[in-house]
This record gives sequence, C-alpha cells and structure tokens, in this order.
Amino acid sequence: MSSHQESILREPLITGKNITYSKVTEDILVPVENKPNKAWWIGFTIASLGALLWVFAVSWTFWFGIGEWGLNKTVGWAWDITGFVWWVGIGHAGTLISAVLLLFRQNWRNSINRSAEAMTIFAVICAATYIISHMGRPWMFYWALPLPNQFGSLWVNFNSPLVWDVFAISTYFSVSLVFWYTGLLPDIATIRDRATGLRRRIYSVMSFGWNGSVKTWQRFEMVSLILAGISTPLVLSVHTIVSMDFATSIVPGWHTTIFPPYFVAGAIFSGFAMVQTLLLVARKVMNFENYITMFHIESMNKIIILTGSIVGVAYLTELFIAWYSGAEYEQYAFLNRVSGPYWWAYWSMMTCNVISPQLFWFKKIRTSIAASWILSIVVNIGMWFERFVIIVTSLHRDYLPSSWVMFYPSWVDVAVFIGSIGVFFTLFLLFLRVLPAIAMAEVKLLLKSSSDQVKQKQIKEKTVDKDYAEFYEESLNKYDSVSQEAEYAKF
Amino acid sequence: MSNTKYILGHFEDPDDLMHGIDRLQENNVSIYDVFTPMPIHGIEDKLGIKPSRLGYVAFCFGITGTLTAFSMIYYMLVYDWPMNIGGKPSFAFPDFVPIMFELTVLFCAFGMVGTYFYSNHLFPGRAPRVMDFRATNDRFVIAIDAKENPYPDKIEDLLKEAGAVEIKYNERKYVSYE
Repeated sequence: MSSHQESILREPLITGKNITYSKVTEDILVPVENKPNKAWWIGFTIASLGALLWVFAVSWTFWFGIGEWGLNKTVGWAWDITGFVWWVGIGHAGTLISAVLLLFRQNWRNSINRSAEAMTIFAVICAATYIISHMGRPWMFYWALPLPNQFGSLWVNFNSPLVWDVFAISTYFSVSLVFWYTGLLPDIATIRDRATGLRRRIYSVMSFGWNGSVKTWQRFEMVSLILAGISTPLVLSVHTIVSMDFATSIVPGWHTTIFPPYFVAGAIFSGFAMVQTLLLVARKVMNFENYITMFHIESMNKIIILTGSIVGVAYLTELFIAWYSGAEYEQYAFLNRVSGPYWWAYWSMMTCNVISPQLFWFKKIRTSIAASWILSIVVNIGMWFERFVIIVTSLHRDYLPSSWVMFYPSWVDVAVFIGSIGVFFTLFLLFLRVLPAIAMAEVKLLLKSSSDQVKQKQIKEKTVDKDYAEFYEESLNKYDSVSQEAEYAKF
Repeated sequence: MSNTKYILGHFEDPDDLMHGIDRLQENNVSIYDVFTPMPIHGIEDKLGIKPSRLGYVAFCFGITGTLTAFSMIYYMLVYDWPMNIGGKPSFAFPDFVPIMFELTVLFCAFGMVGTYFYSNHLFPGRAPRVMDFRATNDRFVIAIDAKENPYPDKIEDLLKEAGAVEIKYNERKYVSYE
C-alpha cells in the first residue's frame, strides 16, 4: 500500500536526490539538535524585545487602567478588539491546513501543517491576551464563566455572542492544542530516541512513551481523522461567532448577515498570508527547500487569491446592500467608510486585500519567493485595516451626531499591539528550536509516492508515458530547489 | 541464542516489511508486533487487528457534550433564573446552539484523545516500551517472540529473503533509556 504511486502529472512534494527516511529525520532535526545560528539569535533578540514591550505596556494598562488607551465614550472598542480579531483570524489557517486539507486528502499539507498549527496556537494566545487585558479588571475574568450565584446575582447571559465567544475561543484553543500535541508525539519520540542524557529524559517525558506499534498508529490515524472532522466545523464556528459579536448588534455597518462567511474567508486569507510570511523565511533559514517546495508556496498563493477575492466580493456586496437597503444610517456608515475621515484606512484595506492579491494571477509573481513574501505582509496589513475599518468607522459616527468623535490610539495601544507581535514571534522561534517544524512522520509517508526522486526513477525506467514525463519535467521549472541540469532524465 | 527473547527484523522499506509479514505468516511464524516510524496503511488487515472503536467513543463523548451544554443552559436560563429580556421567551433555543456545538466538539476531542492515551498507555513520563531506537527514525521493525517461535534460523532466512537489512536478537524485551 505504501508503494502506491501517484500520477506522474502531479508535481512533486519532496525534491532532492537520495532522500531516505533517515535523511528526512536528519534534515528536519537540524535546528532542534544543533546550536542556533546567528539568524535565529538576531530574530529571537528582536522578538523578545517586542515581548518585553508587551509586558511593559500590559502592566501599564493593568496598573493605570484602560483609560490609558485611546478609547473614549463613543469609541469604546478599538485597537484591542482589532488586534483580537486579527490574531484569531490568523490562527484559522493552521486549523484549515491541518483539518480541512486532511479531510480533502491534500498531501501537500503534510509538510506545512506542524508549523501552521503552532502558529495557530501562538496566534490564539496573542488573541487571548487581548481579551484579558481589555477587561480592565482582569482578575475578574471568571465572571465570564457560568459560575454559581455566589459570584454574583445572575448566571451569565447565554443569549449574548460574547458568552458564545468565551466558549468558542477556549474550545478552539484547547482542541487545537490537543490536535497539535497528539500529532507531535511520534516526532518527539524520534528526537527522544536520537538524544542522550538530559535531553533524552525531557523528550521522553514529552513523548508520553510513544513506541510506534501497529495499534498505536492505527488509533492515531483514527484520532487524527476525527479531530480533523470536528475541527473543520469548529474553525468555521469560531470566526462566525466572532463576527456575531458585531453582527447581532444594531450598530450601522455591523448589523449584517454577510458577516459570518465574510469573516471566515478573511480569517483564512490572513492566516495563509501569515503562514507564508513565516514559512518563506523558515524554509530559507532552516534549509527546508526540499520539503516546503515551490508547489506548496504556489498552492498557498492560490488559496490567498481565492479567499482574497471572496473578501473583495464581500466588500462590494456590503456597499451594494447598504445602498439597496434604503436605510439611511446604513448608507451613511458606508459613505463614511469610503470617504469619511478614515478614508485612508478604508482604501488601504481595499488596496491590500482586494487589489494587490490579484497580482497572484500572474504565474511569475505567484512563484516568486520575494513577491510572495512581500504580498503576504501586505495582506496582513490589509486585514488589520479591515478590522480597524469595521470597528472604528462604524462606532465613531453612529446615530447621535453630537457624540461623533475621532479615535486616536495612545502609545499604550500601539505598544500592546507591537508587543503582541513580539510575543508571537518569541513563541514561534522557541518552537522552531525545540520541536520539529515539519511533521517528520507525515513527510515520510510521501517519500515513496510523491517525491521527485521516485518520479525521476519512473521516467528513467520509461514506465510512464513520454508526453506525461515531459509535462512533468516542465512543471519542475518553477522549483527553486530543483536544478535544471544534465542530471535529469533526457527523452 | 537460548537467551533471546525477541527477534527483530529491520527493514528499510515499508513494502519489504509487508512482504516480510506475508512470508512469516505463510510459514506460521507469529508476529508479536510491528514498530514503524510512520503509519503503514493496510497493515492492520494483514495482522488481523480489529478496526479501532474510537469513533464510537468520540460519538458518545460528543453527544454527552451536547446534552451537557443543553441541560446547563436550560437549567440556568430557563429553570433557575429566567430573565425577562424585552419580553422574549427565556427558552430561546437558537441561542443555545452555538455553545451546544462548542461543547460537543470540546467533549468529543478531549474524551477521544483521553481514551486514546488511556488505551495505549500514553501519559507524560511513561517509560517508552521501545524495542529498537531506530524504529522511530528510519527502520521498519517486525518483532517476533523467540520463545513462541523457537526456530531462529528459519525466521532469519525468511526475514532476509523478504529484504530485511538487519536481524537482531534481543535478550531483553525493551531498550533501556538509562
């Protein structure tokens, strides 16, 4: 069964010559088993300085209260909730890659799922810190839980989407964590069996005693499949519920039924962009070019263009419906977005999210690493602006013109946001050092079916149709990890 | 030889391993277990291992979560302290659905993974019962109980013939992590 070979027409998911099972282990464990290089230290230093800024700014918030933020009585939600939704959205790609692509049997997920899931977990941690820090009195966080009456006079109001959110985010975080860690067990066992001394002892505890017997693997596959099956609706529900925080209110610009699908598409869009930002650097620094190939990059860019276009259609639909509804408050909300004092935020959003991802229709751009990386950052900036536009422009001018104000962030707002990026990168860089960034066991599964070396062998043995073989060789042109030299099969 | 507890056949290729299992079974050699660095599809059928029942477990935990969420919200919002919110009914079922769904997923995931860990004896700090260090890296290992199958030469021939790259005779069952 494991010798099942896929069609020669499919592009390879693993490139490089003489890749054996042990080579996969060796290559992927280089960053884990060796001392970090300079690039890592530079990144880690900058990231941890950012994390320190976060600690400082959040401590400042706790000490002096959220009056230190730029909020006012009209705009009671601004950078905090923008940051929260942005981070939760970024998290979605990890679950999408690990769960939805597993259900669809997309084998290219195998080499990116581990780091994407890690990204999910760290992004949700960043989002959760916003929830805690925007509470004002964070030590009262348990009031959001359905606790007995001694803690107050009432139960929580289960009709409120904010309470749904408490359940959705905590379920999402813990289920993602379980999914990620269960998938890590076989790889931790690999590290354990190669390590010595204290390292072996630590990884032994972390490996839960994994031994790779038939029964362990059989149940493991079952668990992965069911977790993927339940995580798929879960990930859709999480951003749906986040969008309902807005959509169930009566604020113009928020009260729309398009919000759930629009938020989910935006979340996947921003998440894939963040995966791209991280992995394009990681594959270069950690020499993973043979495992995270141009096919992976191009596939992710295709998902970015799809979800970006969905988001674009959603923006236009919103505008149309605002006009078509005939509701003057709704109409004004959108007129104000497009041409009001925050026009620059709206047009930044439009440019970054709708216009620039369309560049990915060009194959040259889609398969250029530099262009993909820059556009992935542009998308993340755009998605941050999207949340800012939705939240602030709707709030700052609603029903009562005498209350109309502008929102200006304070330095604390800015520091908490930049700091949360620092926290995220600190966690991610630590992850790259201590755990394998690519799921080794899952990549090994592909070695005999979808690697370039197997396909080259088939071509050499002339077991495949010549036209197909030529088509295959042509598709290799875009791969930066394949050198187009004489070593390849001639027809 | 007499002290040998387990004979381990190391394969470098999963297809050779499958072939090795066939050869052993044709010759009525019982296989203790197979250790691999990745899941091998179809191996359960070959070894006659029954399908996992974790799916049923997951369903039961999931439905428990649904019922827990429903009863919790019903008790709190309808029975214990009904609130008049704009004259709307306190039993507003559609509003219950999101949390019922979330708890279904939560209970299902934790219950199933917990059961998995329990049934495979996986927990932090458990001494790994590994027969060979390379079985988690690049070797596909068939373990044969030497006491039950007291004909090592025949086993060695069968394994070699199937493509085994190394045969080990272990005097203790598991490798030591000390």
